[in-house]
Amino acid sequence: MQKYSVFSLFKNALKGHKDWEVAWKDPNPKEEYDVVIIGGGGHGLATAYYLAKEHNITNVAIVEKGWIGGGNVGRNTTILRSNYMHDENGLFYEKGMELWRNMSQELNFNVMFSPRGIINLAHSDAQMNAYARRGNSMKLNGIDAELLGREEIKKLVPILDFSENVRFPIFGGLMQPSGGTARHDAVAWGYARQADSMGVDIIQHCEVTGFDVVNGKIKGIQTSRGNIKAKKIGLCVAGSTSVLAEMLNMTLPLETHLLQACVSEPIKPILDHVVTFGAGHFYCSQSDKGEMVMGGDLDGYNSYAQRGNLPTLQHVLTEGIAMLPFLSKLKMLRTWGGIMDMSMDGSPIIDKTHIEGLYLNCGWCYGGFKATPVSGWTFAHTIAQDRVHDLNAGFNLNRFNTGHLIDEKGLGTKTWIS
Amino acid sequence: MLYIECPYCGLRSQNEFAYGGDGTVKRPTLNKEVSDKEWDNFVYNRKSPRGKHVELWHHISGCRQWIKVQRDTVTHEIFKTVSADKEI
Repeated sequence: MQKYSVFSLFKNALKGHKDWEVAWKDPNPKEEYDVVIIGGGGHGLATAYYLAKEHNITNVAIVEKGWIGGGNVGRNTTILRSNYMHDENGLFYEKGMELWRNMSQELNFNVMFSPRGIINLAHSDAQMNAYARRGNSMKLNGIDAELLGREEIKKLVPILDFSENVRFPIFGGLMQPSGGTARHDAVAWGYARQADSMGVDIIQHCEVTGFDVVNGKIKGIQTSRGNIKAKKIGLCVAGSTSVLAEMLNMTLPLETHLLQACVSEPIKPILDHVVTFGAGHFYCSQSDKGEMVMGGDLDGYNSYAQRGNLPTLQHVLTEGIAMLPFLSKLKMLRTWGGIMDMSMDGSPIIDKTHIEGLYLNCGWCYGGFKATPVSGWTFAHTIAQDRVHDLNAGFNLNRFNTGHLIDEKGLGTKTWIS
Repeated sequence: MLYIECPYCGLRSQNEFAYGGDGTVKRPTLNKEVSDKEWDNFVYNRKSPRGKHVELWHHISGCRQWIKVQRDTVTHEIFKTVSADKEI
């Protein structure tokens, strides 16, 4: 594989950029693989990469209905964090942060990792107490957390509305200084390029239409490009998990819901951190291009539409203007939507299933992007070793049956309000 | 914007309604032994179909009645609305 560096850039510039190798090939499916990963998004690509790198399993295919990076890995708001209270989440996502820090070097692809800090605003004494508790829990798990007062927030983010007579005055907030953003497309492309170079077949425009299961054991898949045999199959299809589960006669603790995001026209640097409005569902950061990147609530009813509805956008931006009044002066550049696999306790599922050789990776709710490396890392382990890793042991499918839920927000099973 | 035909009030915008989730889920029968699996199916497991979905909506800023709606989860086309005690 051609190494990307300033020298290769210079060399190829002199030759008119005619000699660049393709970043990944476009193979036809082989008859049989050791492992087939369904879904060529961030998680699927990362899983294939870690199968090859950590477990020396390279006879692997990724089958993708559309094109790689066209789903949620290209539709999120690029935020990375591990500011969770529960051990299962905190330790899992902190492993993710460790992988994020080295990703550009490891993948030889600039993912523009930017640990600019994430601040959750608090608007009451009770919320400050809750954040103090969460911050302390994070520190016990080795995650950086700082509880900030109103004046400290004012120094860091002076553009927020600090007036006294607002509905939700800013009391302070909780900051994870090591949180931040990364360029989402680069993450997909970086993993794809490395996985391809180690022998993984990335098969795009290949839709799964059925599964071959014999005596409780997975044998292969039927696709729009023919049948593919496989010893093991991993599902990394986020919002489409329930559709594939139906083909397997499985009913999962998931609902698919639509989440929108939007960006404004680009402006000069004004917001250095990722800031969330603790009184509602709104968060904002500024991209390197200068656009204000914003997100918030689900559309609020089951949806596979991959495009949003205006009432939710209006509601989200109303909260946005309450937090950052200057947003009202900006023009909207783009809005879009992606479909989320909302789990019934708000935490993911990375587990084996009752079908031998079939593995499940789903339930990412709002937070799939930040989990990309650690999801792939633990899922690759689960597939290769046929057992869960300590880091994803809590994210088992059986927890809904035994009552060992990991409900970070304590919201219960109404996935559309969580 | 969705427009939902309330069986009591007529066609209204989605802003008047609150969503109530999958309308096909049935609570296990009272006064009978209920297995963990049955509870699991009632509380957590959902089909979440891509296509026609029967769901509950609450006309909370209108007549305050619960209704059942059959809607396509891809196109959002609404095929049928009935009062909550009727089957679709």
